[in-house]
Amino acid sequence: MRNNLPTFSFKRNFMLAIETKNLIKEFDGLKAVDNISLEVKEGEIFGLLGPNGAGKTTTIKILVTLLTPTKGEAKVWGFDILKQKDEVRNSIGIVFQEPALDNRLTGYENLDFHARLYGLDKETRKKRIEEVLSLVELQDKADVLVINYSGGMQRRLEIARGLMHYPKVLFLDEPTLGLDPQTRHRIWDYVLQLNQKEKTTIILTTHYMEEADYLCQRIGIIDFGKIVALDTPQNLKNILGGDVISIEAFPPQKAFEVLKTYSWVKKINQHNGIIDLNVDQGENKIPLLIEKDQKEVGFVIKSVNLRKPTLEDVFLHFTGKTIREAEASSIEKQKRMRQRFRR
Amino acid sequence: MKSNNLQTIYVMWLREMKRFLRAKSRLIGTLIMPFFFLLAMGSGFNSGFSLPGAPPGVNYLNFLVPGIIGMTMLFSSMSAGISVLWDKEFGFLKEIMVAPVRRLAIILGRIAGGVTTALIQGVLILILSLFLGFKMVNLSGFIWALLFMLLIGISFIGFGVAIASKMEDTQGFSLIMQFIVFPIFLLSGAFFPVTNFPGWLRPIAYLDPLTYGVDGLRSSLIGFSQFPLTLDLIILLIFGVLMIALGSWLFSTTEI
Repeated sequence: MRNNLPTFSFKRNFMLAIETKNLIKEFDGLKAVDNISLEVKEGEIFGLLGPNGAGKTTTIKILVTLLTPTKGEAKVWGFDILKQKDEVRNSIGIVFQEPALDNRLTGYENLDFHARLYGLDKETRKKRIEEVLSLVELQDKADVLVINYSGGMQRRLEIARGLMHYPKVLFLDEPTLGLDPQTRHRIWDYVLQLNQKEKTTIILTTHYMEEADYLCQRIGIIDFGKIVALDTPQNLKNILGGDVISIEAFPPQKAFEVLKTYSWVKKINQHNGIIDLNVDQGENKIPLLIEKDQKEVGFVIKSVNLRKPTLEDVFLHFTGKTIREAEASSIEKQKRMRQRFRR
Repeated sequence: MKSNNLQTIYVMWLREMKRFLRAKSRLIGTLIMPFFFLLAMGSGFNSGFSLPGAPPGVNYLNFLVPGIIGMTMLFSSMSAGISVLWDKEFGFLKEIMVAPVRRLAIILGRIAGGVTTALIQGVLILILSLFLGFKMVNLSGFIWALLFMLLIGISFIGFGVAIASKMEDTQGFSLIMQFIVFPIFLLSGAFFPVTNFPGWLRPIAYLDPLTYGVDGLRSSLIGFSQFPLTLDLIILLIFGVLMIALGSWLFSTTEI
Protein backbone atom coordinates (compact mmCIF):
# COMPACT_ATOMS: atom_id res chain seq x y z
CA MET A 1 0.00 0.00 0.00
CA ARG A 2 1.24 3.46 -0.83
CA ASN A 3 0.84 6.25 1.62
CA ASN A 4 0.96 9.27 -0.65
CA LEU A 5 -1.04 12.06 0.81
CA PRO A 6 -3.76 13.77 -1.17
CA THR A 7 -2.43 16.65 -3.22
CA PHE A 8 -4.42 19.28 -1.43
CA SER A 9 -6.06 19.61 1.93
CA PHE A 10 -9.65 20.57 2.39
CA LYS A 11 -10.69 23.55 4.39
CA ARG A 12 -13.79 21.74 5.54
CA ASN A 13 -13.67 19.63 8.66
CA PHE A 14 -14.91 16.57 6.79
CA MET A 15 -13.23 14.86 3.90
CA LEU A 16 -14.79 14.67 0.47
CA ALA A 17 -14.74 11.14 -0.89
CA ILE A 18 -15.79 12.26 -4.37
CA GLU A 19 -15.68 15.64 -5.98
CA THR A 20 -16.52 16.25 -9.64
CA LYS A 21 -16.63 19.52 -11.54
CA ASN A 22 -18.52 19.91 -14.81
CA LEU A 23 -17.82 16.36 -15.86
CA ILE A 24 -18.66 15.67 -19.50
CA LYS A 25 -18.30 12.48 -21.50
CA GLU A 26 -19.24 12.44 -25.16
CA PHE A 27 -19.57 9.39 -27.36
CA ASP A 28 -19.65 10.34 -31.04
CA GLY A 29 -20.93 13.80 -30.18
CA LEU A 30 -23.68 12.52 -27.88
CA LYS A 31 -23.35 13.55 -24.26
CA ALA A 32 -23.65 10.51 -22.01
CA VAL A 33 -22.55 12.55 -19.02
CA ASP A 34 -23.58 16.18 -19.25
CA ASN A 35 -21.91 18.62 -16.89
CA ILE A 36 -22.12 16.64 -13.67
CA SER A 37 -20.84 18.33 -10.54
CA LEU A 38 -21.29 16.58 -7.24
CA GLU A 39 -19.71 16.01 -3.88
CA VAL A 40 -19.87 12.93 -1.71
CA LYS A 41 -18.78 13.10 1.90
CA GLU A 42 -16.62 10.56 3.68
CA GLY A 43 -18.68 7.79 5.23
CA GLU A 44 -21.76 8.55 3.18
CA ILE A 45 -23.94 6.19 1.19
CA PHE A 46 -24.67 8.15 -1.94
CA GLY A 47 -26.99 7.00 -4.70
CA LEU A 48 -27.22 7.90 -8.35
CA LEU A 49 -30.80 7.19 -9.28
CA GLY A 50 -31.96 7.15 -12.85
CA PRO A 51 -33.28 5.03 -15.69
CA ASN A 52 -31.05 2.75 -17.73
CA GLY A 53 -29.02 4.78 -20.17
CA ALA A 54 -29.13 7.94 -18.04
CA GLY A 55 -25.34 8.03 -17.68
CA LYS A 56 -24.88 6.39 -14.28
CA THR A 57 -22.47 3.68 -15.38
CA THR A 58 -20.50 6.09 -17.55
CA THR A 59 -20.09 8.41 -14.56
CA ILE A 60 -18.89 5.50 -12.42
CA LYS A 61 -16.48 4.32 -15.13
CA ILE A 62 -14.94 7.78 -15.26
CA LEU A 63 -14.56 7.90 -11.48
CA VAL A 64 -12.88 4.48 -11.35
CA THR A 65 -10.40 5.46 -14.13
CA LEU A 66 -11.77 3.12 -16.79
CA LEU A 67 -12.91 5.98 -19.02
CA THR A 68 -11.36 9.38 -19.63
CA PRO A 69 -13.77 12.31 -19.43
CA THR A 70 -14.13 14.53 -22.47
CA LYS A 71 -14.10 17.61 -20.22
CA GLY A 72 -14.18 18.46 -16.56
CA GLU A 73 -12.34 17.15 -13.55
CA ALA A 74 -12.90 14.73 -10.74
CA LYS A 75 -11.20 13.69 -7.55
CA VAL A 76 -11.68 10.45 -5.67
CA TRP A 77 -10.47 10.40 -2.07
CA GLY A 78 -8.60 13.59 -2.88
CA PHE A 79 -6.76 12.10 -5.84
CA ASP A 80 -7.11 13.35 -9.39
CA ILE A 81 -8.64 10.68 -11.62
CA LEU A 82 -6.40 11.66 -14.54
CA LYS A 83 -3.10 12.49 -12.88
CA GLN A 84 -3.12 10.07 -9.93
CA LYS A 85 -4.72 6.98 -11.37
CA ASP A 86 -2.83 4.51 -9.20
CA GLU A 87 -3.69 6.38 -5.99
CA VAL A 88 -7.34 6.47 -7.04
CA ARG A 89 -7.28 2.78 -7.89
CA ASN A 90 -5.73 2.00 -4.53
CA SER A 91 -8.48 3.82 -2.66
CA ILE A 92 -11.49 2.27 -4.35
CA GLY A 93 -13.34 -0.98 -4.67
CA ILE A 94 -15.84 -1.68 -7.44
CA VAL A 95 -18.67 -4.05 -8.06
CA PHE A 96 -19.51 -3.82 -11.73
CA GLN A 97 -22.95 -4.10 -13.20
CA GLU A 98 -21.95 -7.06 -15.34
CA PRO A 99 -20.01 -9.91 -13.75
CA ALA A 100 -16.25 -9.42 -13.75
CA LEU A 101 -15.14 -12.72 -12.23
CA ASP A 102 -12.89 -15.38 -13.69
CA ASN A 103 -15.35 -18.26 -13.71
CA ARG A 104 -12.63 -20.85 -14.33
CA LEU A 105 -11.21 -20.04 -10.91
CA THR A 106 -12.77 -20.83 -7.55
CA GLY A 107 -14.27 -18.17 -5.33
CA TYR A 108 -11.22 -18.31 -3.10
CA GLU A 109 -8.86 -18.00 -6.03
CA ASN A 110 -10.71 -14.96 -7.36
CA LEU A 111 -10.31 -13.26 -4.00
CA ASP A 112 -6.68 -14.32 -3.70
CA PHE A 113 -5.93 -12.99 -7.20
CA HIS A 114 -7.46 -9.68 -6.23
CA ALA A 115 -5.64 -9.48 -2.91
CA ARG A 116 -2.29 -10.08 -4.59
CA LEU A 117 -2.96 -7.44 -7.23
CA TYR A 118 -3.60 -4.98 -4.42
CA GLY A 119 -0.39 -5.97 -2.67
CA LEU A 120 -1.78 -7.56 0.50
CA ASP A 121 0.71 -9.77 2.32
CA LYS A 122 0.15 -13.45 2.94
CA GLU A 123 -1.32 -13.21 6.44
CA THR A 124 -3.61 -10.32 5.60
CA ARG A 125 -4.78 -12.13 2.50
CA LYS A 126 -5.78 -15.21 4.41
CA LYS A 127 -7.44 -13.34 7.23
CA ARG A 128 -9.26 -10.95 4.95
CA ILE A 129 -10.54 -13.64 2.59
CA GLU A 130 -12.10 -15.42 5.59
CA GLU A 131 -13.61 -12.15 6.77
CA VAL A 132 -15.21 -11.08 3.52
CA LEU A 133 -16.39 -14.59 2.71
CA SER A 134 -18.16 -14.83 6.04
CA LEU A 135 -19.66 -11.38 5.54
CA VAL A 136 -21.37 -12.56 2.36
CA GLU A 137 -21.89 -16.09 3.73
CA LEU A 138 -19.96 -17.92 1.05
CA GLN A 139 -17.40 -19.76 3.24
CA ASP A 140 -18.65 -23.20 2.25
CA LYS A 141 -18.55 -22.31 -1.47
CA ALA A 142 -15.00 -20.94 -1.38
CA ASP A 143 -13.48 -23.87 -3.27
CA VAL A 144 -16.18 -24.20 -5.90
CA LEU A 145 -15.46 -22.94 -9.42
CA VAL A 146 -17.30 -19.67 -10.00
CA ILE A 147 -18.87 -21.10 -13.14
CA ASN A 148 -21.02 -23.21 -10.81
CA TYR A 149 -22.23 -20.21 -8.75
CA SER A 150 -25.75 -18.82 -9.08
CA GLY A 151 -26.21 -15.20 -10.14
CA GLY A 152 -26.81 -14.09 -6.57
CA MET A 153 -23.74 -15.93 -5.29
CA GLN A 154 -21.59 -14.36 -8.00
CA ARG A 155 -22.82 -10.92 -7.03
CA ARG A 156 -22.08 -11.60 -3.37
CA LEU A 157 -18.60 -12.84 -4.26
CA GLU A 158 -18.03 -9.65 -6.23
CA ILE A 159 -19.08 -7.56 -3.26
CA ALA A 160 -16.71 -9.57 -1.08
CA ARG A 161 -13.95 -8.98 -3.60
CA GLY A 162 -14.67 -5.27 -3.77
CA LEU A 163 -14.02 -5.13 -0.02
CA MET A 164 -10.86 -7.26 0.02
CA HIS A 165 -8.33 -4.45 0.07
CA TYR A 166 -10.11 -2.24 2.63
CA PRO A 167 -11.19 0.36 0.06
CA LYS A 168 -12.02 3.84 1.27
CA VAL A 169 -14.71 4.23 -1.36
CA LEU A 170 -16.80 1.37 -2.71
CA PHE A 171 -18.64 1.73 -6.01
CA LEU A 172 -21.65 -0.48 -6.56
CA ASP A 173 -23.07 -0.30 -10.06
CA GLU A 174 -26.62 -1.65 -9.93
CA PRO A 175 -25.71 -4.08 -7.14
CA THR A 176 -29.03 -5.93 -7.13
CA LEU A 177 -29.91 -5.86 -10.82
CA GLY A 178 -31.66 -9.08 -11.82
CA LEU A 179 -31.59 -10.60 -8.34
CA ASP A 180 -34.56 -12.07 -6.51
CA PRO A 181 -36.11 -10.04 -3.67
CA GLN A 182 -34.56 -12.17 -0.91
CA THR A 183 -31.04 -11.86 -2.24
CA ARG A 184 -31.66 -8.18 -2.82
CA HIS A 185 -32.55 -7.62 0.83
CA ARG A 186 -29.50 -9.56 1.97
CA ILE A 187 -27.26 -7.45 -0.21
CA TRP A 188 -28.84 -4.31 1.21
CA ASP A 189 -27.98 -5.59 4.67
CA TYR A 190 -24.34 -6.22 3.67
CA VAL A 191 -24.10 -2.73 2.24
CA LEU A 192 -25.42 -1.12 5.42
CA GLN A 193 -23.22 -3.36 7.55
CA LEU A 194 -20.00 -2.49 5.83
CA ASN A 195 -20.87 1.19 5.78
CA GLN A 196 -21.25 1.03 9.54
CA LYS A 197 -18.60 -1.55 10.46
CA GLU A 198 -15.85 -0.69 8.02
CA LYS A 199 -16.77 2.99 7.60
CA THR A 200 -16.66 2.54 3.85
CA THR A 201 -18.02 5.38 1.76
CA ILE A 202 -20.42 3.89 -0.75
CA ILE A 203 -21.49 5.20 -4.13
CA LEU A 204 -24.21 3.16 -5.73
CA THR A 205 -26.22 3.46 -8.89
CA THR A 206 -29.67 2.05 -9.17
CA HIS A 207 -32.90 2.38 -11.03
CA TYR A 208 -34.84 0.82 -8.15
CA MET A 209 -36.58 3.56 -6.15
CA GLU A 210 -36.97 1.49 -3.01
CA GLU A 211 -33.26 0.59 -3.09
CA ALA A 212 -32.20 4.22 -3.24
CA ASP A 213 -34.72 5.12 -0.55
CA TYR A 214 -33.69 2.33 1.80
CA LEU A 215 -29.92 2.63 1.49
CA CYS A 216 -28.88 6.13 0.53
CA GLN A 217 -28.28 9.08 2.77
CA ARG A 218 -28.29 11.35 -0.26
CA ILE A 219 -29.50 10.80 -3.78
CA GLY A 220 -28.69 12.42 -7.07
CA ILE A 221 -31.43 11.99 -9.64
CA ILE A 222 -29.89 11.65 -13.07
CA ASP A 223 -31.66 11.86 -16.40
CA PHE A 224 -30.12 12.21 -19.87
CA GLY A 225 -26.69 12.64 -18.32
CA LYS A 226 -27.70 15.52 -16.08
CA ILE A 227 -28.21 15.66 -12.32
CA VAL A 228 -31.69 17.11 -12.02
CA ALA A 229 -31.99 16.98 -8.23
CA LEU A 230 -29.70 16.14 -5.33
CA ASP A 231 -30.65 15.83 -1.67
CA THR A 232 -31.59 13.41 1.07
CA PRO A 233 -34.49 11.11 0.17
CA GLN A 234 -36.62 12.82 2.82
CA ASN A 235 -35.88 16.33 1.57
CA LEU A 236 -36.53 15.25 -1.99
CA LYS A 237 -39.90 13.90 -0.98
CA ASN A 238 -40.60 17.03 1.07
CA ILE A 239 -40.17 19.14 -2.05
CA LEU A 240 -43.45 17.67 -3.18
CA GLY A 241 -44.88 18.30 0.25
CA GLY A 242 -47.69 16.58 2.09
CA ASP A 243 -49.40 13.70 0.35
CA VAL A 244 -50.09 12.36 -3.09
CA ILE A 245 -53.64 11.55 -4.14
CA SER A 246 -53.80 9.36 -7.23
CA ILE A 247 -57.07 9.46 -9.09
CA GLU A 248 -58.55 7.46 -11.89
CA ALA A 249 -61.28 9.52 -13.50
CA PHE A 250 -63.41 9.54 -16.62
CA PRO A 251 -63.01 11.35 -18.90
CA PRO A 252 -59.45 11.90 -17.74
CA GLN A 253 -58.83 15.04 -19.75
CA LYS A 254 -61.86 16.81 -18.32
CA ALA A 255 -60.90 15.73 -14.80
CA PHE A 256 -57.39 17.07 -15.29
CA GLU A 257 -58.72 20.46 -16.49
CA VAL A 258 -61.06 20.80 -13.54
CA LEU A 259 -58.76 19.51 -10.80
CA LYS A 260 -56.05 21.89 -11.98
CA THR A 261 -58.19 24.82 -10.95
CA TYR A 262 -58.65 23.76 -7.31
CA SER A 263 -56.76 26.03 -4.98
CA TRP A 264 -55.66 23.23 -2.61
CA VAL A 265 -53.96 21.26 -5.38
CA LYS A 266 -50.28 22.20 -5.18
CA LYS A 267 -49.18 20.28 -8.22
CA ILE A 268 -50.89 18.05 -10.71
CA ASN A 269 -49.43 15.40 -12.99
CA GLN A 270 -50.95 13.05 -15.50
CA HIS A 271 -49.37 9.84 -16.70
CA ASN A 272 -50.74 6.54 -17.97
CA GLY A 273 -54.31 7.67 -17.31
CA ILE A 274 -53.59 8.35 -13.65
CA ILE A 275 -53.78 11.86 -12.20
CA ASP A 276 -51.49 12.61 -9.27
CA LEU A 277 -52.33 15.52 -7.00
CA ASN A 278 -49.81 16.86 -4.51
CA VAL A 279 -51.74 18.18 -1.53
CA ASP A 280 -51.38 18.91 2.17
CA GLN A 281 -53.33 16.76 4.61
CA GLY A 282 -54.61 14.43 1.96
CA GLU A 283 -57.03 12.63 4.26
CA ASN A 284 -59.08 15.86 4.53
CA LYS A 285 -59.02 16.46 0.79
CA ILE A 286 -60.53 13.16 -0.31
CA PRO A 287 -64.01 14.11 0.98
CA LEU A 288 -63.73 17.39 -0.94
CA LEU A 289 -63.18 15.39 -4.12
CA ILE A 290 -65.97 12.95 -3.47
CA GLU A 291 -68.66 15.44 -2.41
CA LYS A 292 -68.50 17.36 -5.71
CA ASP A 293 -71.55 16.84 -7.87
CA GLN A 294 -70.55 14.67 -10.82
CA LYS A 295 -72.82 16.53 -13.20
CA GLU A 296 -71.49 19.87 -12.08
CA VAL A 297 -67.79 18.97 -12.55
CA GLY A 298 -68.34 16.85 -15.65
CA PHE A 299 -66.30 13.74 -14.75
CA VAL A 300 -66.64 10.55 -12.73
CA ILE A 301 -64.04 9.45 -10.18
CA LYS A 302 -63.42 5.71 -10.45
CA SER A 303 -60.76 5.26 -7.79
CA VAL A 304 -58.82 7.29 -5.24
CA ASN A 305 -55.53 6.38 -3.59
CA LEU A 306 -53.80 8.37 -0.87
CA ARG A 307 -50.11 7.95 -0.09
CA LYS A 308 -46.98 9.68 1.04
CA PRO A 309 -44.80 10.80 -1.88
CA THR A 310 -42.23 8.23 -2.99
CA LEU A 311 -39.06 8.77 -4.92
CA GLU A 312 -41.06 7.72 -7.94
CA ASP A 313 -43.16 10.87 -7.48
CA VAL A 314 -39.99 12.90 -7.05
CA PHE A 315 -38.60 11.48 -10.25
CA LEU A 316 -41.85 12.26 -12.02
CA HIS A 317 -41.75 15.77 -10.61
CA PHE A 318 -38.28 16.51 -11.92
CA THR A 319 -38.35 14.71 -15.25
CA GLY A 320 -42.04 14.82 -16.16
CA LYS A 321 -42.17 11.05 -16.54
CA THR A 322 -42.01 7.94 -14.41
CA ILE A 323 -38.77 6.03 -14.35
CA ARG A 324 -40.32 3.21 -16.38
CA GLU A 325 -41.42 5.64 -19.07
CA ALA A 326 -37.97 7.24 -19.02
CA GLU A 327 -36.45 3.80 -19.40
CA ALA A 328 -38.67 2.96 -22.35
CA SER A 329 -37.75 6.21 -24.09
CA SER A 330 -34.04 5.81 -23.40
CA ILE A 331 -34.11 2.24 -24.69
CA GLU A 332 -35.77 3.60 -27.82
CA LYS A 333 -33.06 6.21 -28.08
CA GLN A 334 -30.34 3.60 -27.69
CA LYS A 335 -31.92 1.46 -30.36
CA ARG A 336 -32.02 4.37 -32.73
CA MET A 337 -28.42 5.22 -31.91
CA ARG A 338 -27.31 1.68 -32.50
CA GLN A 339 -29.05 1.59 -35.85
CA ARG A 340 -27.45 4.85 -36.83
CA PHE A 341 -23.96 3.60 -36.01
CA ARG A 342 -24.39 0.20 -37.54
CA ARG A 343 -22.48 -0.03 -40.75
CA MET B 1 6.20 -0.79 -5.70
CA LYS B 2 8.80 -3.00 -7.30
CA SER B 3 7.75 -6.05 -5.33
CA ASN B 4 4.16 -5.33 -6.29
CA ASN B 5 5.16 -5.43 -9.97
CA LEU B 6 6.69 -8.87 -9.45
CA GLN B 7 3.60 -9.94 -7.54
CA THR B 8 1.44 -8.76 -10.47
CA ILE B 9 3.49 -10.73 -12.97
CA TYR B 10 3.36 -13.76 -10.70
CA VAL B 11 -0.38 -13.62 -10.12
CA MET B 12 -1.10 -13.22 -13.85
CA TRP B 13 1.13 -16.20 -14.50
CA LEU B 14 -0.49 -18.23 -11.73
CA ARG B 15 -3.95 -17.57 -13.12
CA GLU B 16 -2.88 -18.72 -16.58
CA MET B 17 -1.37 -21.90 -15.13
CA LYS B 18 -4.51 -22.75 -13.18
CA ARG B 19 -6.72 -22.19 -16.16
CA PHE B 20 -4.38 -24.19 -18.39
CA LEU B 21 -4.20 -27.17 -16.06
CA ARG B 22 -7.99 -27.20 -15.71
CA ALA B 23 -8.68 -27.09 -19.44
CA LYS B 24 -7.37 -30.50 -20.45
CA SER B 25 -9.45 -30.53 -23.61
CA ARG B 26 -7.82 -27.28 -24.73
CA LEU B 27 -4.39 -28.85 -24.42
CA ILE B 28 -5.39 -31.87 -26.47
CA GLY B 29 -7.11 -29.61 -28.98
CA THR B 30 -4.03 -27.52 -29.60
CA LEU B 31 -1.68 -30.49 -29.78
CA ILE B 32 -3.73 -32.60 -32.13
CA MET B 33 -3.32 -30.48 -35.26
CA PRO B 34 0.51 -30.23 -35.20
CA PHE B 35 0.65 -33.91 -34.37
CA PHE B 36 -1.48 -34.82 -37.40
CA PHE B 37 0.71 -32.62 -39.58
CA LEU B 38 3.77 -34.48 -38.38
CA LEU B 39 2.16 -37.86 -38.78
CA ALA B 40 0.66 -37.29 -42.22
CA MET B 41 3.22 -35.09 -43.92
CA GLY B 42 6.28 -36.32 -42.07
CA SER B 43 5.66 -39.92 -42.92
CA GLY B 44 4.14 -39.23 -46.33
CA PHE B 45 7.05 -37.25 -47.70
CA ASN B 46 9.68 -39.17 -45.87
CA SER B 47 10.53 -42.09 -48.11
CA GLY B 48 12.91 -41.56 -50.99
CA PHE B 49 11.86 -37.99 -51.63
CA SER B 50 14.48 -35.31 -51.58
CA LEU B 51 13.29 -31.82 -50.88
CA PRO B 52 14.55 -29.14 -53.26
CA GLY B 53 16.55 -26.52 -51.40
CA ALA B 54 17.30 -28.79 -48.49
CA PRO B 55 20.68 -30.48 -48.21
CA PRO B 56 20.81 -34.10 -49.25
CA GLY B 57 20.67 -36.53 -46.40
CA VAL B 58 18.19 -34.52 -44.33
CA ASN B 59 15.00 -36.54 -44.30
CA TYR B 60 11.72 -34.70 -44.47
CA LEU B 61 10.51 -35.52 -40.97
CA ASN B 62 13.65 -34.01 -39.48
CA PHE B 63 13.18 -30.97 -41.67
CA LEU B 64 9.51 -30.63 -40.75
CA VAL B 65 9.66 -31.01 -36.95
CA PRO B 66 11.25 -27.58 -36.22
CA GLY B 67 8.64 -25.99 -38.50
CA ILE B 68 5.80 -27.71 -36.69
CA ILE B 69 7.23 -26.69 -33.32
CA GLY B 70 7.35 -23.13 -34.63
CA MET B 71 3.74 -23.48 -35.71
CA THR B 72 2.70 -24.80 -32.30
CA MET B 73 4.42 -21.88 -30.64
CA LEU B 74 2.82 -19.40 -33.05
CA PHE B 75 -0.72 -20.65 -32.56
CA SER B 76 -0.61 -21.08 -28.81
CA SER B 77 1.11 -17.72 -28.32
CA MET B 78 -1.28 -15.84 -30.54
CA SER B 79 -4.25 -17.33 -28.74
CA ALA B 80 -2.67 -16.55 -25.36
CA GLY B 81 -2.26 -12.93 -26.47
CA ILE B 82 -5.70 -12.67 -27.95
CA SER B 83 -7.17 -14.10 -24.73
CA VAL B 84 -7.25 -10.46 -23.59
CA LEU B 85 -10.30 -10.33 -25.81
CA TRP B 86 -12.02 -13.13 -23.91
CA ASP B 87 -11.33 -11.33 -20.66
CA LYS B 88 -12.93 -8.28 -22.22
CA GLU B 89 -15.95 -10.34 -23.27
CA PHE B 90 -16.39 -11.95 -19.86
CA GLY B 91 -15.80 -8.74 -17.97
CA PHE B 92 -12.71 -9.89 -16.09
CA LEU B 93 -10.55 -7.33 -17.88
CA LYS B 94 -12.29 -4.58 -15.88
CA GLU B 95 -11.12 -6.22 -12.66
CA ILE B 96 -7.55 -6.16 -13.98
CA MET B 97 -7.76 -2.64 -15.40
CA VAL B 98 -8.90 -0.96 -12.19
CA ALA B 99 -6.16 -2.57 -10.11
CA PRO B 100 -3.41 -0.19 -8.97
CA VAL B 101 -0.69 -1.94 -10.95
CA ARG B 102 1.49 -1.06 -13.91
CA ARG B 103 0.02 -2.00 -17.30
CA LEU B 104 3.46 -3.28 -18.32
CA ALA B 105 3.46 -5.67 -15.36
CA ILE B 106 0.06 -7.00 -16.46
CA ILE B 107 1.36 -7.61 -19.97
CA LEU B 108 4.58 -9.21 -18.73
CA GLY B 109 2.55 -11.49 -16.47
CA ARG B 110 0.32 -12.47 -19.35
CA ILE B 111 3.38 -13.12 -21.50
CA ALA B 112 4.97 -15.19 -18.73
CA GLY B 113 1.83 -17.30 -18.42
CA GLY B 114 1.29 -17.65 -22.16
CA VAL B 115 4.95 -18.49 -22.84
CA THR B 116 4.93 -21.18 -20.17
CA THR B 117 1.87 -22.89 -21.60
CA ALA B 118 3.18 -22.49 -25.17
CA LEU B 119 6.56 -23.94 -24.17
CA ILE B 120 4.87 -26.93 -22.57
CA GLN B 121 3.01 -27.54 -25.83
CA GLY B 122 6.10 -27.03 -27.98
CA VAL B 123 8.17 -29.41 -25.88
CA LEU B 124 5.36 -31.99 -25.91
CA ILE B 125 5.35 -31.85 -29.71
CA LEU B 126 9.12 -32.28 -29.70
CA ILE B 127 8.83 -35.32 -27.44
CA LEU B 128 6.04 -36.79 -29.58
CA SER B 129 8.16 -36.31 -32.70
CA LEU B 130 10.98 -38.29 -31.09
CA PHE B 131 8.63 -41.27 -31.06
CA LEU B 132 7.97 -40.73 -34.77
CA GLY B 133 11.67 -40.97 -35.49
CA PHE B 134 12.90 -37.40 -35.17
CA LYS B 135 16.61 -37.05 -34.35
CA MET B 136 18.09 -34.02 -32.61
CA VAL B 137 21.76 -33.21 -33.19
CA ASN B 138 22.67 -32.81 -29.51
CA LEU B 139 21.55 -31.58 -26.12
CA SER B 140 22.95 -28.06 -26.46
CA GLY B 141 20.86 -27.79 -29.60
CA PHE B 142 17.82 -28.52 -27.47
CA ILE B 143 18.74 -25.67 -25.10
CA TRP B 144 19.09 -23.33 -28.09
CA ALA B 145 15.75 -24.52 -29.39
CA LEU B 146 14.15 -23.69 -26.04
CA LEU B 147 15.54 -20.18 -26.32
CA PHE B 148 14.06 -19.76 -29.79
CA MET B 149 10.73 -21.15 -28.65
CA LEU B 150 10.77 -18.64 -25.81
CA LEU B 151 11.46 -15.75 -28.19
CA ILE B 152 8.76 -16.83 -30.64
CA GLY B 153 6.35 -17.13 -27.73
CA ILE B 154 7.10 -13.70 -26.25
CA SER B 155 6.91 -11.98 -29.65
CA PHE B 156 3.60 -13.39 -30.74
CA ILE B 157 1.89 -13.00 -27.36
CA GLY B 158 2.88 -9.34 -27.51
CA PHE B 159 1.53 -9.22 -31.06
CA GLY B 160 -1.70 -10.94 -29.98
CA VAL B 161 -2.20 -8.51 -27.09
CA ALA B 162 -1.64 -5.59 -29.46
CA ILE B 163 -4.30 -6.89 -31.87
CA ALA B 164 -6.74 -7.77 -29.09
CA SER B 165 -6.40 -4.33 -27.54
CA LYS B 166 -7.65 -2.75 -30.73
CA MET B 167 -10.58 -5.13 -31.17
CA GLU B 168 -14.02 -4.49 -29.71
CA ASP B 169 -15.27 -8.05 -29.35
CA THR B 170 -14.47 -11.65 -30.22
CA GLN B 171 -16.24 -11.58 -33.57
CA GLY B 172 -13.11 -10.71 -35.52
CA PHE B 173 -11.20 -13.59 -33.97
CA SER B 174 -11.43 -16.06 -36.87
CA LEU B 175 -10.65 -13.26 -39.31
CA ILE B 176 -7.40 -12.62 -37.45
CA MET B 177 -6.55 -16.31 -37.51
CA GLN B 178 -7.15 -16.60 -41.24
CA PHE B 179 -5.69 -13.34 -42.48
CA ILE B 180 -2.79 -12.89 -40.09
CA VAL B 181 -1.84 -16.08 -38.29
CA PHE B 182 -2.10 -18.54 -41.18
CA PRO B 183 -0.09 -16.39 -43.64
CA ILE B 184 2.60 -15.93 -40.98
CA PHE B 185 2.71 -19.69 -40.59
CA LEU B 186 2.63 -20.58 -44.30
CA LEU B 187 5.28 -18.02 -45.26
CA SER B 188 7.67 -19.02 -42.49
CA GLY B 189 9.24 -21.94 -44.35
CA ALA B 190 7.81 -24.46 -41.93
CA PHE B 191 7.09 -26.95 -44.73
CA PHE B 192 9.92 -26.19 -47.13
CA PRO B 193 12.87 -23.79 -47.39
CA VAL B 194 11.84 -20.17 -48.06
CA THR B 195 14.24 -20.17 -51.03
CA ASN B 196 11.66 -22.34 -52.80
CA PHE B 197 9.18 -19.49 -52.88
CA PRO B 198 8.94 -17.64 -56.19
CA GLY B 199 10.92 -14.41 -56.32
CA TRP B 200 7.98 -12.08 -55.65
CA LEU B 201 6.92 -13.98 -52.53
CA ARG B 202 10.38 -14.39 -51.09
CA PRO B 203 10.75 -10.81 -49.77
CA ILE B 204 7.46 -11.20 -47.91
CA ALA B 205 8.71 -14.44 -46.38
CA TYR B 206 11.82 -12.58 -45.30
CA LEU B 207 9.61 -9.99 -43.60
CA ASP B 208 7.84 -12.73 -41.65
CA PRO B 209 9.44 -12.87 -38.18
CA LEU B 210 8.48 -16.51 -37.79
CA THR B 211 10.81 -17.32 -40.73
CA TYR B 212 13.74 -16.53 -38.42
CA GLY B 213 12.14 -18.43 -35.56
CA VAL B 214 11.74 -21.56 -37.66
CA ASP B 215 15.21 -21.13 -39.12
CA GLY B 216 16.69 -20.75 -35.65
CA LEU B 217 14.87 -23.85 -34.45
CA ARG B 218 16.05 -25.80 -37.46
CA SER B 219 19.59 -24.64 -36.94
CA SER B 220 19.47 -25.65 -33.25
CA LEU B 221 17.70 -28.98 -33.66
CA ILE B 222 19.03 -30.45 -36.91
CA GLY B 223 22.02 -28.24 -37.68
CA PHE B 224 20.62 -26.98 -40.99
CA SER B 225 19.74 -23.36 -41.58
CA GLN B 226 19.56 -20.63 -44.16
CA PHE B 227 20.65 -17.72 -42.02
CA PRO B 228 23.35 -17.53 -39.39
CA LEU B 229 22.07 -18.40 -35.93
CA THR B 230 23.02 -14.97 -34.57
CA LEU B 231 21.01 -13.22 -37.29
CA ASP B 232 17.92 -15.28 -36.38
CA LEU B 233 18.50 -14.45 -32.75
CA ILE B 234 18.96 -10.70 -33.27
CA ILE B 235 15.94 -10.32 -35.53
CA LEU B 236 13.70 -12.24 -33.13
CA LEU B 237 14.98 -10.26 -30.17
CA ILE B 238 14.25 -6.95 -31.88
CA PHE B 239 10.82 -8.15 -32.98
CA GLY B 240 10.08 -9.43 -29.48
CA VAL B 241 11.00 -6.16 -27.77
CA LEU B 242 8.96 -4.21 -30.33
CA MET B 243 5.93 -6.41 -29.80
CA ILE B 244 6.09 -6.16 -25.99
CA ALA B 245 6.31 -2.37 -26.33
CA LEU B 246 3.49 -2.21 -28.87
CA GLY B 247 1.33 -4.65 -26.91
CA SER B 248 1.65 -2.84 -23.59
CA TRP B 249 1.21 0.57 -25.18
CA LEU B 250 -1.99 -0.40 -27.01
CA PHE B 251 -3.20 -2.32 -23.96
CA SER B 252 -2.75 0.69 -21.70
CA THR B 253 -4.87 2.81 -24.02
CA THR B 254 -7.85 0.43 -24.07
CA GLU B 255 -11.06 1.90 -22.72
CA ILE B 256 -13.71 -0.47 -21.48
